[in-house]
Amino acid sequence: MRRARHRLLDAVIPGFAALAFLGFWECAVRIAHTPTYVLPAPSVILATLIRDHSLLMASLFFTLKITLAALAAAAIGGGLLAIASAESRALERILFPFSVVLQVTPVVAIAPLIIIWVNSPLAALLLCAWIVAFFPVLANTTQGLNSVDPNLQALFRLYGASRWQTLWYLRLPSSLPYFLTGLRISGGLALIGAIVGEFVSASGGQETGLAYRIMEAGYRLDIARMFAALLLISLTGIMMFIVLSALSWFLLHNWHESATKEES
Amino acid sequence: MTSPLVSLRGVEKRFDDGTEALSALDLDLGRGEFLSIIGPSGCGKSTLLRIIGGLSIPSAGQIAWDQEGDRQPSGGDLAVVFQEPTLMPWARVIDNVMLPLKLTAMDREDARARAADVLARVGLAGFEQAFPRQLSGGMKMRVSIARALVTAPRLLLLDEPFAALDEITRLKLNDDLLELWAQHGWTVVFVTHSVYESVFLSNRVVVMSPRPGRIIADFAIEEGYPRGRNFRHEQSYAHSCRAVSDALAKAMAS
Repeated sequence: MRRARHRLLDAVIPGFAALAFLGFWECAVRIAHTPTYVLPAPSVILATLIRDHSLLMASLFFTLKITLAALAAAAIGGGLLAIASAESRALERILFPFSVVLQVTPVVAIAPLIIIWVNSPLAALLLCAWIVAFFPVLANTTQGLNSVDPNLQALFRLYGASRWQTLWYLRLPSSLPYFLTGLRISGGLALIGAIVGEFVSASGGQETGLAYRIMEAGYRLDIARMFAALLLISLTGIMMFIVLSALSWFLLHNWHESATKEES
Repeated sequence: MTSPLVSLRGVEKRFDDGTEALSALDLDLGRGEFLSIIGPSGCGKSTLLRIIGGLSIPSAGQIAWDQEGDRQPSGGDLAVVFQEPTLMPWARVIDNVMLPLKLTAMDREDARARAADVLARVGLAGFEQAFPRQLSGGMKMRVSIARALVTAPRLLLLDEPFAALDEITRLKLNDDLLELWAQHGWTVVFVTHSVYESVFLSNRVVVMSPRPGRIIADFAIEEGYPRGRNFRHEQSYAHSCRAVSDALAKAMAS
C-alpha cells in the first residue's frame, strides 16, 4: 500500500512540477508581452508543432533514421571491435590509439572533413554519428570482456573449454551489463553526433533533419519552430534513453545487481 | 597400500612478484582418500590445490599421476569447488550444473537428465529453473557441488567450500558431503581452516607450515564411516582435534 502510494507520488510530483513550470512560463510571457521572436509561450510552440507537423515529423524521421542506424552500427562495430581486442592483445594495441584519438577529437572538428570526403550526405552524417557513438560501446564491452570472474575462468580451463566456448558461454554473458551501459550512453551520443553532422553539413533539400530545421527557423526568426524542433530532439533523446533502459532491464533483471531490486 | 593416485615430490611455487608460496613439498594422495589440508592463512593451501588441479604450474618439482597412460586427469576426471560458489549469475541452476557436460559436447537431453539427477542428490530438486541470486548461500554452494559432481569425477578438489557459510548450514553440508563421498568413493582433497571440520570429514589430515608452505604433520583419522553427528562428541574425535590443533599451533609458532 505504502509502496503503491510512493510510486504514485514518484509519477505525480515530476509531472506536477513540469506543469507548474510551463504554467509559469506561459503566464510570464503573456504578462510581460514578450515578443514571440524572443521567447514564444508554450501554447505557441504547441500550435507551431501542430501547424508544421508534417514538415517537422519528416525531419524527425530523418534524424531518427541517422541516429538509429549510427547506434546499430556502434553496437555491432563497437561490440565486434571489443571482442576482437579482447581476443588479441596485438589487435587491441593497434586499435586502441585510433579509437582514443577519434573519441577525444570533438566531432564538430572532424565533421567538415567527413562532409568533404564522403560524397553521400547521408553516409557523411551517419559516419559523424557513428564516430561519437561507438567508443562507449567499445570501451565498456572491452572492460566487460576483461572482467570475468577468475575462478570461473579457471573452471572453464579445467573442463577443457575451447576459446570459442569460453567466449560464448562466459565472456560474452559477463560483458553484457557493460555493453548495455555503453549502449545507453551511445544512444544519446548518436543523437548528438547526428545533430552536429547536420549543423556542419547544413544541407537542405529533400531530406533534412531537425538540426537543419532549427537553423532554417533561426534565419527566418521563427523561434517557435526552433523550440518545436528542439522539443522533438529532446523527446527523441528521452525516448531512446527509456527504450535502452527498458532493454537493459529486460536482459538483466533476472541476474544482475544493476537491474534487481533489494529484497525487503 | 595401493599406489597413490598422485605423488608430489619437491614441489615449489614462486610467484612473479617473488613470493615463495610452496617449498620442497612432498605429498602422496591415496586412491579414495578424503584428505584435508590445514594450515595458517597464506601458507599456500589453495596454491597446492590449484597445482594438483593443473590450474597452476609449479616452479619446480615433480607431479606423477598413477593411472593408465600416466597422464594428468583432465576435464570430467577432476572437479574443483571454490570458496565462493562461482556460479554464472546469468544462467539458471540447471544450466550452471550442466556446464561441464555442455563443454564436452554431450547430448543436451542427456546432460539435462544428469544435471537434474545430481541436483536431486544434493537436495535441490525443484530448483532447476531458479537463478543463483534467488538462492541462499548454502543452496548456492550445493549448486556448486552439484556442478562438480555432474561429471562423476575421480578426484574432487574443495577449496574451503564452506568457509563463508553459517554454522548450521556448514554442519549439514558436512554430513551431506560425507554421504555423497561414501556413495561414490571419489578421492577428495579438502582445504579448510577448521580443525574440527577436517577431523570430522577426513581419514587423513595434513598440516602445512607458514609460507613457504610444506607438509609438517600428517595424521590418519582412524574412525570408520559413516560418521554420524555423535562422532563429534566422542573421545577419539576430541583426541584427533587436539593433535591437529597442537600441530597447527606449532606450525604457527615456527
